[in-house]
Amino acid sequence: MTVADAIAKPTKRPLVSPLNQRRWANFKANRRGYWSLWIFLVLFILSMFAEFIANDRPVLASYKGEILFPTVVDYPEEKFGGFLAITDYRDPVIQDEINSNGWMIWPPIRYSYRTPNNEIPQAAPAKPSWMYTKEERCQRYPQGVNDANCTLGNWNWLGTDDQTRDVLARVIYGFRISVLFGLLLTIGSAVIGVSAGAVQGYFGGWTDLIFQRFIEIWSAMPMLYLLMIIAAILPPGFFILLGIMLLFSWVAFVGVVRAEFLRARNFEYVNAARALGVPNATIIVRHLLPNAMVATLTFLPFILNSSITTLTSLDYLGFGLPPGSASLGELLKQGQGNLNAPWLGLTGFAVMAVMLSLLIFIGEATRDAFDPRKTFK
Amino acid sequence: MSEPLLSVKDLSVTFTQGGRTITAVDHISFDIAKGETLALVGESGSGKSVSALSILKLLPYPPASHPNGSIVFEGKDLLQCSEQQLRGVRGNDITIIFQEPMTSLNPLHTISHQVMEVLKLHKGMGDKAAQTRTLELFKEVGIRDPEKRLDAYPHQLSGGQRQRVMIAMALANEPKLLIADEPTTALDVTVQAQILELLAKLKQEKGMSMLFITHDLGIVRKIADRVCVMTQGRIVEHGPTAEIFANPQHPYTKKLLAAEPKGRPPVPDPKAETVMSGDDIKVWFPIRQGFFRRVVDYVKAVDGIDVQVRAGQTLGVVGESGSGKTTLGLALARMISSKGRIDFAGQEIDQLSYSQMRPLRRELQIVFQDPFGSLSPRMSVAEIIEEGLKIHEPKLTIDERDQHVVDVLNEVGLDPSTRFRYPHEFSGGQRQRIAIARAMVLNPRFVMLDEPTSALDMSVQAQVVDLLRRLQEKHNLAYLFISHDLKVVRALANDVIVMRNGKVVEHGPSRQIFENPETDYTRALISAAFHMETAKEGVVSQ
Repeated sequence: MTVADAIAKPTKRPLVSPLNQRRWANFKANRRGYWSLWIFLVLFILSMFAEFIANDRPVLASYKGEILFPTVVDYPEEKFGGFLAITDYRDPVIQDEINSNGWMIWPPIRYSYRTPNNEIPQAAPAKPSWMYTKEERCQRYPQGVNDANCTLGNWNWLGTDDQTRDVLARVIYGFRISVLFGLLLTIGSAVIGVSAGAVQGYFGGWTDLIFQRFIEIWSAMPMLYLLMIIAAILPPGFFILLGIMLLFSWVAFVGVVRAEFLRARNFEYVNAARALGVPNATIIVRHLLPNAMVATLTFLPFILNSSITTLTSLDYLGFGLPPGSASLGELLKQGQGNLNAPWLGLTGFAVMAVMLSLLIFIGEATRDAFDPRKTFK
Repeated sequence: MSEPLLSVKDLSVTFTQGGRTITAVDHISFDIAKGETLALVGESGSGKSVSALSILKLLPYPPASHPNGSIVFEGKDLLQCSEQQLRGVRGNDITIIFQEPMTSLNPLHTISHQVMEVLKLHKGMGDKAAQTRTLELFKEVGIRDPEKRLDAYPHQLSGGQRQRVMIAMALANEPKLLIADEPTTALDVTVQAQILELLAKLKQEKGMSMLFITHDLGIVRKIADRVCVMTQGRIVEHGPTAEIFANPQHPYTKKLLAAEPKGRPPVPDPKAETVMSGDDIKVWFPIRQGFFRRVVDYVKAVDGIDVQVRAGQTLGVVGESGSGKTTLGLALARMISSKGRIDFAGQEIDQLSYSQMRPLRRELQIVFQDPFGSLSPRMSVAEIIEEGLKIHEPKLTIDERDQHVVDVLNEVGLDPSTRFRYPHEFSGGQRQRIAIARAMVLNPRFVMLDEPTSALDMSVQAQVVDLLRRLQEKHNLAYLFISHDLKVVRALANDVIVMRNGKVVEHGPSRQIFENPETDYTRALISAAFHMETAKEGVVSQ
């Protein structure tokens, strides 16, 4: 009882197990990964509220004593005396109407990812607004320099693309859709891959043998060609793309999980659980899965990265998300097509580089955290 | 006395991790003279292995560090030596044999390759010379048919033979000091006796000094000239072996000496109800060969054995490793498939499926050998113990279940307030108590104990044996006790089966077996366990 006595006796179970506390400490000790996690979380949460940061509608408006939420609700234009089905709040007539009967609060960037800027000073793609003088910037507005809409909110901080859409707005939405796509794909393939690996590893024998051969054939299929063929039949969309890629990406997890299960299924505490009469499903979930979780979690950030890269490259090739969606791949393609507008390519590159680097750094720190032999001075 | 070969003075070892500093070894000093054997004795965690490893600076630096002390070997302070100078000493002047012969040999190289590597590295021998010398060494350490064994891989050898290869490797450069770190703990008692004899003989022939680390005082008495008793990082007593055994001064030494498994098994009662019986049990593993995986032969792990275990009684199953005793136990508990009728509590169970067995599992429990492996590291003690209750008594409320856990922890002698901790916070003996509690909480009628004491320190073994006997009396339990250590079997079992190569060699009341063994094999087991003496060649395996 020497060591055990020295530790103060907790009567309640700690909220986080000592093992996980140690892992968190190891994660934090990797400063680069720790900061990357925070920066990434801030960026990700901000991008979740993209509609309130970059949008062609006001966040909040008051019209004739009524509080309106244009970002959430589609108000018909006839409410403000117009005729369109959905209000175009960028129209000076509507703006005047609302301002004279109340007020409205715009988001910091007054463009959504698909809003064309009709007041750009030169032919699209236009340079970032800060590269123009005030006169140049405002020349297309009806009242020139004195126009109410020639404000900071209508700046194109990173210029526009060749369809006069604001690059910054597209980057914000593009970041969100990339990360969400990556996360969904990773979680989906982890669930399928871990279950398949678990069943194979736990039961072994013929189950394992047949599944392994199936996976070998399955993973030998050329995914890119299949995607192109399917894209020609089905209308491309977020979920169809996700589904097709999920068909192939789960295989990545099977090997590592299966190996862990094959190793751990003969552990004595697993035998002990069998001897207690614990059902197979419970043994898999309670006793074996935690073993495989370490390998899986270490793998996860890297799979996330590759999912994002795949989506971007498909977009770049034109087999990805439907035309008009906010996509980083399309931005890169525009950068390639418009070498006279370096802000397109540079922005696309910078966003991809920062996003992928942050995720890799987080992945490295996760790997450290789960490394049982990691010690810090 | 002349200048000692190795002189450790005032040595401390500390480990720093996460801002906390743990002192593993606390100001110890000892000398080893030429040709002398010094034993470091203590329980696990007493710092004896750490002391030995620091002689060659084999600890992980950092987190390990030596705040003070010196280790003088032939006039050189090893702690001040550069890594390069140390490499000249390691494997050359000072060599080490580790506890686990399976993991200390590289599984990817043949054994001769590994021994030859040492010779080439330190002696600069050529291929031919190294091979000749390796053969000599193998003969010296008593490997049978050394010519045929040269190209064997470690997994093709038994534990005892692997340990012999390790010794050959350690002797290759004729070291002046051999450090043996529990070299026999992982081995059978019969093989242990052989290895000890070999070490003593080699030491005599070569005039080496030896630092022998062990937790077993029986070995110390057999092999050491002088003893240092260690506990909690300090040497509490040292002196010549005979003196320490005859007249121990420190209370800790007295405790260690008194820690042999004692007591007598329950009185045999032939009228007691038979709880578990097996009739002509066979476990044959097929050997498949060829393209169509035809069965060409069988490994007969258990070959036609009859057993009967009665309520309140213990059947001991003994034999060297590989004799099929654990396989027999697992077959009776229906953990592996077998042939032959098995009856449990008046019901034939050998045809039942996994789910049909489930209700019976409650009454038929197993305690495994390794308390470090048999407890899930990610579950708290309470979760481990209540797992069986959740399955067999799903109607219990959380509070009732908790009460059961508290009761059983009290019963096995653990503080119930520790039930929210994780297994790694407990010592080996405490963990084995937790494993016993997990079995006992279901109120079983039959418990299979698979070498429950062999992974434990000597002093803890005695406590676990006492606990098992107390539980048996209180609950009228039937035990199937599997062990290679006859000391423990004598203290617990009233009936004994002696097994060899899957067959029963001898069977009878334990008193009869221990006092009048009929076969050479049983006699060899007994003399190895009680006197650490070896038998004639061929009676037991190497």
